[in-house]
Amino acid sequence: MESLHMKDRDVVVPGDIVATGMGFLPSKGTYRESDKVIADRVGLLSVEGKVLKVVPLTGGYAPKIGDRVIGQVNDVLFSGWRVDLFGPYSAVLGVKDATNEFIGRGANLAEIFGLGDIVVCKLINVTSQKLIDVSLRGPGLRQLKGGRLIKVNAAKVPRIIGKDGTMVSMIKQATGINIVVGMNGMVWIDGTPEGEVVAAETIQKIQDEAHLGGLTNRIKDFLEQKTGKKVEPRAMQEGE
Amino acid sequence: MPYPKRFDGRKSDETRPIVAKVGIIPRADGSAMFQIGKTTAYAAVYGPRTLHPKWMQNPNTGVLRCEYNMLPFSGHGERVRPGGGRRAREIGMVTENALLPVLDLREYPNSVVDVYIDLPQTDAGTRCAGITAAAMALADAGFEMKDMVAAVAVGKVQDHVLADLTYDEEQNKTPEEGVADIPVAFMPLSGKLTLLQMDGEVTREDLKKALTLGKEVCKRIVDIQKAALRAKYAGGSDDE
Amino acid sequence: MMSEQKQHVLKYLAKNIRFDGRKPLDYRDVTVEYGISKSAEGSARVRIGGTEVIAGVKISIEKPYPDTPDKGNLMVNAELRPMASPKFESGPPSDQGIELARVVDRGIRESECIDVHDLVIKEGELVWSVSIDIVAVNDEGNLFDAAGLAALAALLDARMPGKNEFNKADYDKRTDEKLPLKTRPVPITVFKIGATFLVDPLSDEEENFDARLTVACKDDGSLAALQKGGEGSLTIDEIDHMVGIALERSAWLREKLGR
Repeated sequence: MESLHMKDRDVVVPGDIVATGMGFLPSKGTYRESDKVIADRVGLLSVEGKVLKVVPLTGGYAPKIGDRVIGQVNDVLFSGWRVDLFGPYSAVLGVKDATNEFIGRGANLAEIFGLGDIVVCKLINVTSQKLIDVSLRGPGLRQLKGGRLIKVNAAKVPRIIGKDGTMVSMIKQATGINIVVGMNGMVWIDGTPEGEVVAAETIQKIQDEAHLGGLTNRIKDFLEQKTGKKVEPRAMQEGE
Repeated sequence: MPYPKRFDGRKSDETRPIVAKVGIIPRADGSAMFQIGKTTAYAAVYGPRTLHPKWMQNPNTGVLRCEYNMLPFSGHGERVRPGGGRRAREIGMVTENALLPVLDLREYPNSVVDVYIDLPQTDAGTRCAGITAAAMALADAGFEMKDMVAAVAVGKVQDHVLADLTYDEEQNKTPEEGVADIPVAFMPLSGKLTLLQMDGEVTREDLKKALTLGKEVCKRIVDIQKAALRAKYAGGSDDE
Repeated sequence: MMSEQKQHVLKYLAKNIRFDGRKPLDYRDVTVEYGISKSAEGSARVRIGGTEVIAGVKISIEKPYPDTPDKGNLMVNAELRPMASPKFESGPPSDQGIELARVVDRGIRESECIDVHDLVIKEGELVWSVSIDIVAVNDEGNLFDAAGLAALAALLDARMPGKNEFNKADYDKRTDEKLPLKTRPVPITVFKIGATFLVDPLSDEEENFDARLTVACKDDGSLAALQKGGEGSLTIDEIDHMVGIALERSAWLREKLGR
């Protein structure tokens, strides 16, 4: 007898039997054991027809090609830089991927990027052993000067960005600060101290309430009440 | 002394009062507290992170490293000298073995996941409380787990096969009969055991009875673990 | 060269604001909870914002040290357990942990908070030995003040164990007798970053300070112990100013003990 034991959007934890029956298809975050489909991580259950998956509510960052991440230069190599991604694996930024400008042989690389510099970069190669190459060539990729970094749970990053960048857009509208969100759970904010404080509080609130309903509206109200400015929950504009 | 009834009046299969809480150490990537009677365990998870020294790294999977530590004021009698020692080392190792069967760290080659178990107060059953807290903390950190793991000490005191022995019960030997103290851990879905140790003396028949009791009690503890995890993450569905 | 992070901290302080929106001399919320470990003779948990420290007191009967036959033993130990921060490691205490323990120790010892003469059972032979162990549970800045307050709270919570016929502590027979406490030394650490003085630092501020001064303040407004830390230097006037801040804040913090 086929039956679904939990509903779409229910919180599941490891070992929860989500459904019984061979008709259900386990996807990410679930697995099959005989006729049962079982959750293997903490998250929200997603039921799409017969496909059962778990959207994680917590977790570390798993590097994927194409991800935009924030890293910190922690070593200067012969032909590039080592970039700490604030997780178990660091990346290499090669000279040819660092800039569109010509860097001659024998150039002093430490003058281009020094230890401690913060960059927003893109993962262009990830091996099975998690050797990672990153690039700074692409729109929005650059060194981040000034500002400060906030570490968030990597599983919450999609919520902090919001649908089509809604959350980030609202924070920018309310506080006037710059904000860059890395998929590796690092968020860079830069603006007036007052604006940054509100942004940091808002990011914390999104993290704490990521699983609760009506988040976008609550964040809108929170930002308006904190700053006295009107905020539109709209998608991020071109170039933001 | 004769033991017609348990010192604290519990039924043979009854545990002491349990309190479980997830997310008690915000700095950690995952954390939990498990209290059973006057035994309290905190567990904090950090990782995956870079494993040093390099020769300890495993290119196929992340490594789980558990540290068990009785805080200096947590002993039944005199102060416990800090620094662990052989007992703590062994418990750390059996804790790793108790948790590894449910944990999949292949996503994180060469890295380490550290679990720190610290006990501020103890009254027997400390390794079991530590394992139970650690399983919750690992789930809180968002790791892939096939199931939960819970642990409890079962045992034999005179004619009785009992769950969750206290210090006084462990000490209640008579010249004719020893006391058996049997810490066990189970995965509830498969009903398989992942921790087994024994001190004292027990017959083959009583061992089987004790293990069966342990399995039942662990299932009840898993329900408490899961409720604690849901309490942190539940609250309704999200809005996107 | 000054790090970007430090420049950013200074940019905030120039406007009298901090990363969490506080003003320089604002303290975060403080709570004190007693009796958090039934195994200890006394115990307490202190929370300062997100920072959490627990402390426990164990009391035993020992021989006095040969050079102090008329005094009980007092020991303060602190452990920066790796559960509290990704920066702390397993193994023997770090320099940071040792400094923390010694600063708290001096505040309690030098203020004569515990009258160690009252801990003598038989001069030269038997004395009560009081051990205070401080454990960091979650470090989000200001472990010094949290540790000092937790140690004091655990002492306030402590009840003497019984004494058996072999002159050993009997932990199954706890008494209602408290430790003989004479004063309540509360440490306040004042930080100097650039030209700004602040209390109750966040981790980001602790990573970027120039100098700090921990002042163990007694109830009567006198000072029991001092510790200057950091690579920066201080003028006499600056120290006087920092002591003034510490005395004012210590009275407020002492109130949080609630006992």
